[in-house]
Amino acid sequence: MMAQMLKNKVYGWLDQRFALGTMQELAGKKTVPVHRHSIWYYMGGIAVMFLIIQVLTGGLLMLYYVPEISAAHASIVTINSQVDFGWFVRSMHSWGANLMILALFVHLFTTYFLKAYRPPREITWLTGLGLLVVVFGFGFTGYLLPWDEVAFFATKVGLDIASQVPFVGETIATILRGGADVSQATLSRFFVIHVFLLPLALVALMGVHMLMVQLHGMSRPDSVKDQAVREEKFFPTFVLKDLMVWLLLFNLLAAFVSFYPWGLGPEADPFAAAPAGIKPEWYFLGMFQFLKVLPAYIGPFEGEHVGMALFALIGLAFVVIPFWERGQNPVRKMWAELFGSVILFLFIVFTVWGMLL
Amino acid sequence: MSSDDLAQHDALQADDKLMAQVVSRRTFLKATLGLFAAGWVSMMVYPFFRYLTSSVKLSGAEEVTSVSLGGAETLAPGTGKNFQFGSKPALIVRDTDGTFHAYDAMCTHLGCTVQFKDAKDGIWCACHGGKYDPSTGKNIAGPPPKPLAKLDVAVVEGNIIVSKPGVTLSNKAVES
Repeated sequence: MMAQMLKNKVYGWLDQRFALGTMQELAGKKTVPVHRHSIWYYMGGIAVMFLIIQVLTGGLLMLYYVPEISAAHASIVTINSQVDFGWFVRSMHSWGANLMILALFVHLFTTYFLKAYRPPREITWLTGLGLLVVVFGFGFTGYLLPWDEVAFFATKVGLDIASQVPFVGETIATILRGGADVSQATLSRFFVIHVFLLPLALVALMGVHMLMVQLHGMSRPDSVKDQAVREEKFFPTFVLKDLMVWLLLFNLLAAFVSFYPWGLGPEADPFAAAPAGIKPEWYFLGMFQFLKVLPAYIGPFEGEHVGMALFALIGLAFVVIPFWERGQNPVRKMWAELFGSVILFLFIVFTVWGMLL
Repeated sequence: MSSDDLAQHDALQADDKLMAQVVSRRTFLKATLGLFAAGWVSMMVYPFFRYLTSSVKLSGAEEVTSVSLGGAETLAPGTGKNFQFGSKPALIVRDTDGTFHAYDAMCTHLGCTVQFKDAKDGIWCACHGGKYDPSTGKNIAGPPPKPLAKLDVAVVEGNIIVSKPGVTLSNKAVES
Protein backbone atom coordinates (compact mmCIF):
# COMPACT_ATOMS: atom_id res chain seq x y z
CA MET A 1 0.00 0.00 0.00
CA MET A 2 2.73 2.41 1.06
CA ALA A 3 4.94 1.25 -1.79
CA GLN A 4 2.17 1.79 -4.30
CA MET A 5 1.56 5.29 -3.03
CA LEU A 6 5.26 6.11 -3.18
CA LYS A 7 5.46 4.73 -6.71
CA ASN A 8 2.56 6.88 -7.83
CA LYS A 9 4.10 9.90 -6.20
CA VAL A 10 7.47 9.40 -7.89
CA TYR A 11 5.79 8.71 -11.21
CA GLY A 12 3.67 11.82 -10.86
CA TRP A 13 6.71 13.93 -10.06
CA LEU A 14 8.63 12.62 -13.07
CA ASP A 15 5.60 12.80 -15.36
CA GLN A 16 5.11 16.48 -14.58
CA ARG A 17 8.69 17.22 -15.45
CA PHE A 18 9.43 14.86 -18.35
CA ALA A 19 5.94 14.36 -19.84
CA LEU A 20 6.30 10.62 -19.36
CA GLY A 21 2.71 10.05 -20.43
CA THR A 22 3.32 11.57 -23.86
CA MET A 23 6.50 9.59 -24.27
CA GLN A 24 4.77 6.36 -23.27
CA GLU A 25 2.04 7.06 -25.78
CA LEU A 26 4.59 7.66 -28.54
CA ALA A 27 6.58 4.58 -27.60
CA GLY A 28 3.41 2.49 -27.57
CA LYS A 29 2.66 3.51 -31.16
CA LYS A 30 6.07 2.46 -32.43
CA THR A 31 5.95 -0.87 -34.24
CA VAL A 32 8.25 -3.04 -36.31
CA PRO A 33 7.00 -5.08 -39.30
CA VAL A 34 7.50 -8.82 -39.10
CA HIS A 35 8.46 -10.56 -42.36
CA ARG A 36 11.20 -12.72 -43.81
CA HIS A 37 13.70 -9.82 -44.04
CA SER A 38 13.08 -8.62 -40.47
CA ILE A 39 16.41 -9.98 -39.30
CA TRP A 40 18.20 -7.09 -40.99
CA TYR A 41 16.41 -4.63 -38.71
CA TYR A 42 18.77 -5.75 -35.95
CA MET A 43 21.97 -4.62 -37.66
CA GLY A 44 21.89 -0.96 -36.65
CA GLY A 45 21.20 -1.89 -33.06
CA ILE A 46 24.09 -4.36 -33.08
CA ALA A 47 26.40 -1.59 -34.25
CA VAL A 48 25.12 0.61 -31.39
CA MET A 49 25.86 -2.16 -28.89
CA PHE A 50 29.44 -2.45 -30.14
CA LEU A 51 29.72 1.33 -30.07
CA ILE A 52 28.75 1.43 -26.39
CA ILE A 53 31.50 -1.11 -25.72
CA GLN A 54 33.96 1.08 -27.64
CA VAL A 55 33.09 4.16 -25.60
CA LEU A 56 33.43 2.35 -22.27
CA THR A 57 36.62 0.41 -23.07
CA GLY A 58 38.11 3.46 -24.80
CA GLY A 59 37.61 5.52 -21.68
CA LEU A 60 39.24 2.80 -19.61
CA LEU A 61 42.24 2.54 -21.94
CA MET A 62 42.88 6.28 -21.59
CA LEU A 63 43.63 5.73 -17.92
CA TYR A 64 46.91 3.98 -18.80
CA TYR A 65 47.68 4.90 -22.42
CA VAL A 66 50.30 7.63 -22.97
CA PRO A 67 50.16 9.42 -26.35
CA GLU A 68 53.89 10.10 -26.60
CA ILE A 69 56.12 8.34 -29.13
CA SER A 70 58.72 7.09 -26.69
CA ALA A 71 56.06 5.89 -24.23
CA ALA A 72 53.02 4.89 -26.30
CA HIS A 73 54.16 1.38 -27.22
CA ALA A 74 55.45 0.75 -23.70
CA SER A 75 52.14 1.88 -22.22
CA ILE A 76 50.27 -0.67 -24.33
CA VAL A 77 52.74 -3.32 -23.22
CA THR A 78 51.97 -2.27 -19.63
CA ILE A 79 48.23 -2.47 -20.27
CA ASN A 80 48.65 -5.92 -21.85
CA SER A 81 50.96 -7.39 -19.25
CA GLN A 82 50.92 -5.41 -15.98
CA VAL A 83 47.47 -3.93 -15.52
CA ASP A 84 45.00 -6.45 -14.13
CA PHE A 85 42.74 -7.47 -17.00
CA GLY A 86 44.37 -4.78 -19.14
CA TRP A 87 44.67 -7.30 -21.96
CA PHE A 88 40.95 -7.93 -21.62
CA VAL A 89 39.95 -4.28 -21.89
CA ARG A 90 42.31 -3.61 -24.77
CA SER A 91 41.31 -6.74 -26.67
CA MET A 92 37.70 -5.84 -26.18
CA HIS A 93 38.38 -2.41 -27.71
CA SER A 94 40.23 -3.88 -30.71
CA TRP A 95 37.90 -6.82 -31.31
CA GLY A 96 34.85 -4.65 -30.66
CA ALA A 97 36.03 -2.14 -33.25
CA ASN A 98 36.41 -4.86 -35.87
CA LEU A 99 33.07 -6.48 -35.11
CA MET A 100 31.39 -3.06 -35.16
CA ILE A 101 32.76 -2.36 -38.63
CA LEU A 102 31.65 -5.80 -39.76
CA ALA A 103 28.14 -5.10 -38.41
CA LEU A 104 28.15 -1.75 -40.21
CA PHE A 105 29.11 -3.35 -43.52
CA VAL A 106 26.24 -5.81 -43.16
CA HIS A 107 23.94 -2.92 -42.16
CA LEU A 108 25.04 -0.88 -45.18
CA PHE A 109 24.66 -3.59 -47.78
CA THR A 110 21.38 -4.98 -46.46
CA THR A 111 19.95 -1.47 -46.31
CA TYR A 112 21.15 -1.03 -49.86
CA PHE A 113 19.68 -4.23 -51.24
CA LEU A 114 16.38 -3.78 -49.37
CA LYS A 115 16.35 -0.24 -50.85
CA ALA A 116 15.65 1.40 -47.53
CA TYR A 117 17.52 4.46 -48.83
CA ARG A 118 14.55 5.48 -50.99
CA PRO A 119 12.55 8.65 -50.30
CA PRO A 120 11.82 9.83 -47.67
CA ARG A 121 14.84 8.15 -46.08
CA GLU A 122 17.63 9.90 -48.01
CA ILE A 123 18.90 11.71 -44.91
CA THR A 124 18.99 8.46 -42.95
CA TRP A 125 21.06 6.91 -45.74
CA LEU A 126 23.43 9.87 -46.06
CA THR A 127 24.03 10.19 -42.31
CA GLY A 128 24.65 6.45 -42.32
CA LEU A 129 27.34 6.86 -44.97
CA GLY A 130 28.76 9.75 -42.94
CA LEU A 131 28.85 7.51 -39.88
CA LEU A 132 30.76 4.87 -41.84
CA VAL A 133 33.34 7.51 -42.81
CA VAL A 134 33.59 8.57 -39.15
CA VAL A 135 34.06 4.94 -38.11
CA PHE A 136 36.78 4.47 -40.75
CA GLY A 137 38.38 7.57 -39.22
CA PHE A 138 38.23 5.92 -35.80
CA GLY A 139 39.83 2.81 -37.27
CA PHE A 140 42.59 4.71 -39.06
CA THR A 141 43.50 6.99 -36.13
CA GLY A 142 43.14 4.31 -33.47
CA TYR A 143 45.41 1.99 -35.41
CA LEU A 144 48.39 4.36 -34.99
CA LEU A 145 48.04 4.88 -31.24
CA PRO A 146 49.93 1.71 -30.12
CA TRP A 147 52.87 3.02 -32.22
CA ASP A 148 53.93 -0.37 -33.49
CA GLU A 149 55.63 -1.14 -36.79
CA VAL A 150 52.56 -1.87 -38.92
CA ALA A 151 50.70 1.09 -37.45
CA PHE A 152 53.52 3.44 -38.38
CA PHE A 153 53.65 2.34 -42.01
CA ALA A 154 49.88 2.10 -42.38
CA THR A 155 49.70 5.73 -41.30
CA LYS A 156 52.52 6.73 -43.63
CA VAL A 157 50.79 5.11 -46.59
CA GLY A 158 47.32 6.35 -45.63
CA LEU A 159 48.46 9.95 -45.34
CA ASP A 160 50.45 9.66 -48.56
CA ILE A 161 47.26 8.56 -50.31
CA ALA A 162 45.42 11.52 -48.78
CA SER A 163 48.16 13.90 -49.94
CA GLN A 164 47.54 12.92 -53.55
CA VAL A 165 44.00 14.26 -53.63
CA PRO A 166 44.14 17.18 -56.08
CA PHE A 167 44.47 20.76 -54.71
CA VAL A 168 43.68 20.18 -51.01
CA GLY A 169 45.37 16.81 -50.43
CA GLU A 170 48.79 18.07 -49.43
CA THR A 171 47.33 20.62 -46.96
CA ILE A 172 45.03 18.02 -45.40
CA ALA A 173 47.86 15.51 -45.09
CA THR A 174 50.14 18.14 -43.53
CA ILE A 175 47.46 19.14 -41.01
CA LEU A 176 46.83 15.50 -40.07
CA ARG A 177 50.53 14.66 -39.95
CA GLY A 178 51.59 17.88 -38.23
CA GLY A 179 54.52 18.29 -40.60
CA ALA A 180 56.31 16.37 -43.33
CA ASP A 181 56.93 13.13 -41.43
CA VAL A 182 54.89 10.81 -39.24
CA SER A 183 56.11 11.96 -35.83
CA GLN A 184 55.03 12.97 -32.31
CA ALA A 185 52.84 15.66 -33.89
CA THR A 186 51.02 12.94 -35.84
CA LEU A 187 50.47 10.80 -32.76
CA SER A 188 49.11 13.78 -30.78
CA ARG A 189 46.78 14.75 -33.59
CA PHE A 190 45.51 11.23 -34.15
CA PHE A 191 44.88 10.89 -30.42
CA VAL A 192 42.86 14.11 -30.32
CA ILE A 193 40.93 13.13 -33.44
CA HIS A 194 40.25 9.67 -32.00
CA VAL A 195 39.07 10.68 -28.53
CA PHE A 196 37.62 14.15 -29.11
CA LEU A 197 36.83 15.18 -32.68
CA LEU A 198 35.36 11.96 -34.07
CA PRO A 199 33.20 11.28 -30.99
CA LEU A 200 31.63 14.74 -31.45
CA ALA A 201 30.95 14.04 -35.12
CA LEU A 202 29.62 10.60 -34.26
CA VAL A 203 27.15 11.89 -31.69
CA ALA A 204 25.88 14.57 -34.07
CA LEU A 205 25.44 12.21 -37.03
CA MET A 206 23.97 9.44 -34.92
CA GLY A 207 21.45 11.85 -33.43
CA VAL A 208 20.13 12.76 -36.87
CA HIS A 209 20.31 9.16 -38.09
CA MET A 210 18.21 7.81 -35.20
CA LEU A 211 15.81 10.75 -35.24
CA MET A 212 15.11 9.97 -38.89
CA VAL A 213 14.49 6.31 -38.08
CA GLN A 214 11.96 7.41 -35.43
CA LEU A 215 10.25 9.81 -37.85
CA HIS A 216 9.98 7.40 -40.78
CA GLY A 217 9.65 4.10 -38.98
CA MET A 218 11.08 0.90 -40.43
CA SER A 219 11.28 0.65 -44.19
CA ARG A 220 9.53 -2.26 -45.87
CA PRO A 221 11.26 -3.94 -48.78
CA ASP A 222 9.43 -4.24 -52.12
CA SER A 223 8.96 -7.98 -51.77
CA VAL A 224 6.69 -7.65 -48.73
CA LYS A 225 5.16 -4.27 -49.56
CA ASP A 226 1.88 -5.67 -50.88
CA GLN A 227 1.51 -8.44 -48.33
CA ALA A 228 -0.46 -8.00 -45.17
CA VAL A 229 2.39 -7.88 -42.70
CA ARG A 230 2.07 -8.33 -38.97
CA GLU A 231 3.50 -5.51 -36.86
CA GLU A 232 5.04 -6.13 -33.48
CA LYS A 233 5.38 -3.54 -30.75
CA PHE A 234 8.79 -1.91 -30.43
CA PHE A 235 8.28 -1.68 -26.64
CA PRO A 236 8.68 -4.18 -25.20
CA THR A 237 8.72 -6.94 -27.86
CA PHE A 238 11.40 -5.74 -30.28
CA VAL A 239 13.55 -4.16 -27.56
CA LEU A 240 13.67 -7.44 -25.67
CA LYS A 241 14.61 -9.33 -28.83
CA ASP A 242 17.23 -6.65 -29.49
CA LEU A 243 18.67 -7.19 -26.03
CA MET A 244 18.78 -10.96 -26.62
CA VAL A 245 20.80 -10.41 -29.80
CA TRP A 246 23.06 -7.97 -27.97
CA LEU A 247 23.69 -10.47 -25.21
CA LEU A 248 24.49 -13.18 -27.73
CA LEU A 249 26.96 -11.02 -29.63
CA PHE A 250 28.50 -9.62 -26.48
CA ASN A 251 29.27 -13.20 -25.47
CA LEU A 252 30.73 -13.85 -28.90
CA LEU A 253 32.95 -10.80 -28.44
CA ALA A 254 34.00 -11.98 -24.99
CA ALA A 255 34.89 -15.35 -26.48
CA PHE A 256 37.08 -13.77 -29.17
CA VAL A 257 38.69 -11.55 -26.55
CA SER A 258 39.43 -14.46 -24.24
CA PHE A 259 40.60 -16.99 -26.78
CA TYR A 260 42.35 -14.66 -29.22
CA PRO A 261 43.61 -11.66 -27.22
CA TRP A 262 44.65 -8.81 -29.50
CA GLY A 263 48.38 -8.75 -30.26
CA LEU A 264 50.90 -5.95 -30.45
CA GLY A 265 53.69 -5.68 -33.01
CA PRO A 266 57.26 -4.53 -32.30
CA GLU A 267 57.67 -0.83 -31.57
CA ALA A 268 57.81 1.42 -34.62
CA ASP A 269 61.28 2.47 -35.78
CA PRO A 270 60.85 5.42 -38.16
CA PHE A 271 64.17 4.63 -39.84
CA ALA A 272 63.79 0.90 -40.38
CA ALA A 273 62.41 -0.68 -43.52
CA ALA A 274 58.75 -1.65 -43.73
CA PRO A 275 58.42 -5.23 -42.44
CA ALA A 276 57.68 -7.99 -44.95
CA GLY A 277 54.05 -9.08 -45.12
CA ILE A 278 52.73 -5.70 -43.92
CA LYS A 279 48.99 -5.30 -44.47
CA PRO A 280 46.27 -2.92 -43.32
CA GLU A 281 43.24 -4.00 -41.30
CA TRP A 282 40.80 -6.21 -43.20
CA TYR A 283 38.33 -3.40 -43.85
CA PHE A 284 40.95 -1.47 -45.82
CA LEU A 285 42.46 -4.63 -47.29
CA GLY A 286 40.24 -4.76 -50.39
CA MET A 287 41.22 -1.23 -51.39
CA PHE A 288 44.86 -1.95 -50.50
CA GLN A 289 44.93 -5.08 -52.65
CA PHE A 290 43.30 -3.25 -55.54
CA LEU A 291 45.92 -0.46 -55.41
CA LYS A 292 48.65 -3.08 -55.17
CA VAL A 293 47.71 -4.85 -58.40
CA LEU A 294 47.27 -1.69 -60.45
CA PRO A 295 50.22 -1.05 -62.77
CA ALA A 296 52.45 2.01 -62.19
CA TYR A 297 50.84 3.80 -65.11
CA ILE A 298 47.46 3.46 -66.76
CA GLY A 299 47.71 5.50 -69.92
CA PRO A 300 49.18 8.87 -68.89
CA PHE A 301 47.99 8.56 -65.26
CA GLU A 302 49.70 7.03 -62.26
CA GLY A 303 47.99 3.76 -61.37
CA GLU A 304 47.13 4.73 -57.80
CA HIS A 305 45.54 7.99 -58.99
CA VAL A 306 43.24 5.99 -61.23
CA GLY A 307 42.46 3.68 -58.33
CA MET A 308 41.69 6.56 -55.99
CA ALA A 309 39.51 8.26 -58.59
CA LEU A 310 37.62 4.99 -58.94
CA PHE A 311 37.10 4.73 -55.15
CA ALA A 312 35.85 8.32 -55.12
CA LEU A 313 33.38 7.54 -57.91
CA ILE A 314 32.08 4.47 -56.09
CA GLY A 315 31.63 6.58 -52.96
CA LEU A 316 29.81 9.21 -54.99
CA ALA A 317 27.51 6.57 -56.47
CA PHE A 318 26.51 5.51 -52.95
CA VAL A 319 25.78 9.14 -52.11
CA VAL A 320 23.56 9.81 -55.13
CA ILE A 321 21.75 6.45 -55.21
CA PRO A 322 18.70 7.56 -53.15
CA PHE A 323 18.17 10.51 -55.50
CA TRP A 324 18.49 8.39 -58.63
CA GLU A 325 16.78 5.11 -57.73
CA ARG A 326 13.54 6.24 -56.08
CA GLY A 327 11.52 3.07 -56.60
CA GLN A 328 9.70 4.34 -59.67
CA ASN A 329 11.79 2.98 -62.49
CA PRO A 330 12.39 -0.80 -62.76
CA VAL A 331 15.41 -0.31 -65.06
CA ARG A 332 17.14 1.93 -62.52
CA LYS A 333 16.28 -0.57 -59.79
CA MET A 334 17.98 -3.29 -61.82
CA TRP A 335 21.09 -1.16 -62.35
CA ALA A 336 21.25 -0.26 -58.66
CA GLU A 337 21.06 -3.94 -57.73
CA LEU A 338 23.71 -4.83 -60.29
CA PHE A 339 26.02 -2.06 -59.09
CA GLY A 340 25.63 -3.08 -55.44
CA SER A 341 26.26 -6.73 -56.28
CA VAL A 342 29.37 -5.96 -58.30
CA ILE A 343 30.81 -3.73 -55.56
CA LEU A 344 30.06 -6.29 -52.85
CA PHE A 345 31.56 -9.07 -54.99
CA LEU A 346 34.74 -7.08 -55.75
CA PHE A 347 35.05 -6.03 -52.10
CA ILE A 348 34.92 -9.67 -50.98
CA VAL A 349 37.20 -10.95 -53.76
CA PHE A 350 39.90 -8.31 -53.19
CA THR A 351 39.69 -8.66 -49.40
CA VAL A 352 40.09 -12.44 -49.56
CA TRP A 353 42.85 -12.08 -52.17
CA GLY A 354 44.67 -9.68 -49.86
CA MET A 355 44.29 -12.09 -46.94
CA LEU A 356 45.70 -15.03 -48.90
CA LEU A 357 48.85 -13.20 -50.00
CA MET B 1 -1.88 45.33 -69.35
CA SER B 2 -4.07 48.36 -68.76
CA SER B 3 -2.64 51.84 -69.21
CA ASP B 4 -2.63 52.26 -65.43
CA ASP B 5 -0.51 49.19 -65.03
CA LEU B 6 1.85 50.41 -67.70
CA ALA B 7 2.19 53.77 -66.03
CA GLN B 8 2.94 52.10 -62.73
CA HIS B 9 5.40 49.79 -64.44
CA ASP B 10 7.21 52.77 -66.00
CA ALA B 11 7.29 54.53 -62.68
CA LEU B 12 8.79 51.47 -61.05
CA GLN B 13 11.37 51.19 -63.77
CA ALA B 14 12.29 54.83 -63.30
CA ASP B 15 12.65 54.09 -59.60
CA ASP B 16 14.91 51.16 -60.40
CA LYS B 17 17.09 53.36 -62.58
CA LEU B 18 17.38 55.89 -59.82
CA MET B 19 18.26 53.11 -57.41
CA ALA B 20 20.86 51.80 -59.82
CA GLN B 21 22.54 55.18 -59.84
CA VAL B 22 22.40 55.78 -56.12
CA VAL B 23 23.15 52.66 -54.06
CA SER B 24 20.44 52.39 -51.46
CA ARG B 25 21.37 52.60 -47.79
CA ARG B 26 20.19 49.03 -47.30
CA THR B 27 22.36 47.66 -50.10
CA PHE B 28 25.36 49.62 -48.91
CA LEU B 29 24.99 48.47 -45.33
CA LYS B 30 24.43 44.87 -46.38
CA ALA B 31 27.55 44.90 -48.55
CA THR B 32 29.61 46.54 -45.82
CA LEU B 33 28.36 44.10 -43.24
CA GLY B 34 29.12 41.23 -45.61
CA LEU B 35 32.66 42.47 -46.12
CA PHE B 36 33.21 42.90 -42.41
CA ALA B 37 31.78 39.46 -41.74
CA ALA B 38 34.07 37.89 -44.33
CA GLY B 39 37.04 39.77 -42.91
CA TRP B 40 36.12 38.75 -39.38
CA VAL B 41 35.74 35.08 -40.35
CA SER B 42 39.12 35.09 -42.13
CA MET B 43 40.74 36.73 -39.12
CA MET B 44 39.28 34.04 -36.89
CA VAL B 45 40.13 31.14 -39.19
CA TYR B 46 43.66 32.20 -40.14
CA PRO B 47 45.34 31.77 -36.72
CA PHE B 48 43.84 28.29 -36.36
CA PHE B 49 44.88 27.30 -39.87
CA ARG B 50 48.46 28.44 -39.15
CA TYR B 51 48.37 26.71 -35.77
CA LEU B 52 47.39 23.44 -37.45
CA THR B 53 49.86 23.64 -40.35
CA SER B 54 52.82 24.92 -38.33
CA SER B 55 55.71 22.48 -38.72
CA VAL B 56 57.39 22.57 -35.38
CA LYS B 57 60.13 20.03 -34.73
CA LEU B 58 58.90 18.32 -31.58
CA SER B 59 61.81 15.90 -31.38
CA GLY B 60 65.17 17.54 -31.97
CA ALA B 61 65.85 16.26 -35.48
CA GLU B 62 68.20 18.73 -37.10
CA GLU B 63 69.04 19.31 -40.72
CA VAL B 64 71.74 16.84 -41.65
CA THR B 65 73.85 17.01 -44.79
CA SER B 66 76.00 13.94 -44.26
CA VAL B 67 76.44 10.94 -42.02
CA SER B 68 79.26 8.50 -41.44
CA LEU B 69 78.35 4.82 -41.45
CA GLY B 70 81.64 3.47 -40.16
CA GLY B 71 84.17 1.23 -41.87
CA ALA B 72 83.61 0.17 -45.48
CA GLU B 73 84.37 -3.43 -44.51
CA THR B 74 81.21 -3.57 -42.33
CA LEU B 75 79.03 -3.81 -45.40
CA ALA B 76 79.76 -6.94 -47.43
CA PRO B 77 79.38 -6.82 -51.22
CA GLY B 78 75.90 -7.89 -52.33
CA THR B 79 74.19 -6.59 -49.18
CA GLY B 80 72.50 -3.45 -48.00
CA LYS B 81 71.24 -1.78 -44.85
CA ASN B 82 68.83 0.88 -43.70
CA PHE B 83 70.10 3.85 -41.72
CA GLN B 84 68.97 7.20 -40.39
CA PHE B 85 69.81 10.26 -42.46
CA GLY B 86 68.75 13.24 -40.38
CA SER B 87 65.01 12.92 -39.96
CA LYS B 88 64.68 10.60 -42.96
CA PRO B 89 65.14 6.87 -43.46
CA ALA B 90 67.88 6.01 -45.96
CA LEU B 91 69.33 2.89 -47.55
CA ILE B 92 72.86 1.95 -48.57
CA VAL B 93 73.60 -0.94 -50.94
CA ARG B 94 76.96 -2.47 -51.88
CA ASP B 95 77.18 -4.03 -55.32
CA THR B 96 78.90 -7.36 -55.80
CA ASP B 97 81.75 -5.43 -57.43
CA GLY B 98 82.19 -3.44 -54.22
CA THR B 99 80.71 -0.06 -55.21
CA PHE B 100 78.33 1.71 -52.83
CA HIS B 101 74.98 3.28 -53.68
CA ALA B 102 72.83 5.22 -51.24
CA TYR B 103 69.25 6.32 -51.58
CA ASP B 104 66.50 8.10 -49.77
CA ALA B 105 64.62 4.97 -48.58
CA MET B 106 61.19 6.50 -49.12
CA CYS B 107 59.31 4.53 -51.76
CA THR B 108 58.12 6.83 -54.55
CA HIS B 109 54.78 5.03 -54.58
CA LEU B 110 53.18 5.72 -51.20
CA GLY B 111 56.06 6.56 -48.93
CA CYS B 112 56.85 3.27 -47.22
CA THR B 113 60.47 2.55 -46.32
CA VAL B 114 62.20 0.27 -48.84
CA GLN B 115 64.91 -2.32 -48.07
CA PHE B 116 67.59 -4.29 -49.88
CA LYS B 117 66.18 -7.79 -50.11
CA ASP B 118 68.61 -9.96 -52.04
CA ALA B 119 70.53 -10.07 -55.30
CA LYS B 120 67.49 -11.37 -57.18
CA ASP B 121 64.89 -8.91 -55.93
CA GLY B 122 67.17 -5.93 -55.37
CA ILE B 123 65.58 -3.02 -53.51
CA TRP B 124 62.09 -3.95 -52.44
CA CYS B 125 59.14 -2.29 -50.73
CA ALA B 126 57.15 -4.54 -48.38
CA CYS B 127 54.00 -2.43 -48.56
CA HIS B 128 52.96 -2.83 -52.19
CA GLY B 129 55.76 -4.91 -53.70
CA GLY B 130 57.58 -2.20 -55.68
CA LYS B 131 61.13 -2.99 -56.85
CA TYR B 132 64.12 -0.82 -57.72
CA ASP B 133 67.45 -1.51 -59.35
CA PRO B 134 70.10 -1.50 -56.57
CA SER B 135 72.82 0.15 -58.64
CA THR B 136 70.73 2.94 -60.17
CA GLY B 137 67.66 3.29 -57.97
CA LYS B 138 65.48 2.97 -61.05
CA ASN B 139 61.94 1.67 -60.51
CA ILE B 140 61.81 -1.69 -62.29
CA ALA B 141 58.66 -3.45 -61.08
CA GLY B 142 55.41 -2.92 -59.24
CA PRO B 143 53.59 0.35 -58.63
CA PRO B 144 56.40 2.91 -58.02
CA PRO B 145 56.20 5.69 -60.63
CA LYS B 146 59.67 7.21 -60.15
CA PRO B 147 63.24 6.14 -59.24
CA LEU B 148 64.47 6.50 -55.67
CA ALA B 149 66.16 9.81 -54.80
CA LYS B 150 69.93 9.34 -54.71
CA LEU B 151 72.39 10.24 -52.00
CA ASP B 152 76.15 10.58 -52.57
CA VAL B 153 78.52 8.00 -51.13
CA ALA B 154 82.24 8.42 -50.65
CA VAL B 155 84.75 6.30 -48.80
CA VAL B 156 87.01 8.64 -46.83
CA GLU B 157 89.91 7.04 -44.97
CA GLY B 158 88.09 3.71 -45.00
CA ASN B 159 84.84 5.20 -43.66
CA ILE B 160 81.58 5.29 -45.61
CA ILE B 161 80.31 8.86 -45.80
CA VAL B 162 76.82 9.44 -47.19
CA SER B 163 75.89 13.00 -48.08
CA LYS B 164 73.19 14.99 -49.79
CA PRO B 165 73.78 15.31 -53.51
CA GLY B 166 75.73 18.47 -54.33
CA VAL B 167 77.30 18.86 -50.90
CA THR B 168 81.08 18.74 -51.26
CA LEU B 169 82.87 16.70 -48.67
CA SER B 170 85.62 19.24 -47.95
CA ASN B 171 83.44 21.99 -46.48
CA LYS B 172 81.06 20.14 -44.25
CA ALA B 173 81.14 18.65 -40.85
CA VAL B 174 80.91 14.91 -40.94
CA GLU B 175 78.59 13.60 -38.29
CA SER B 176 78.55 10.12 -36.99
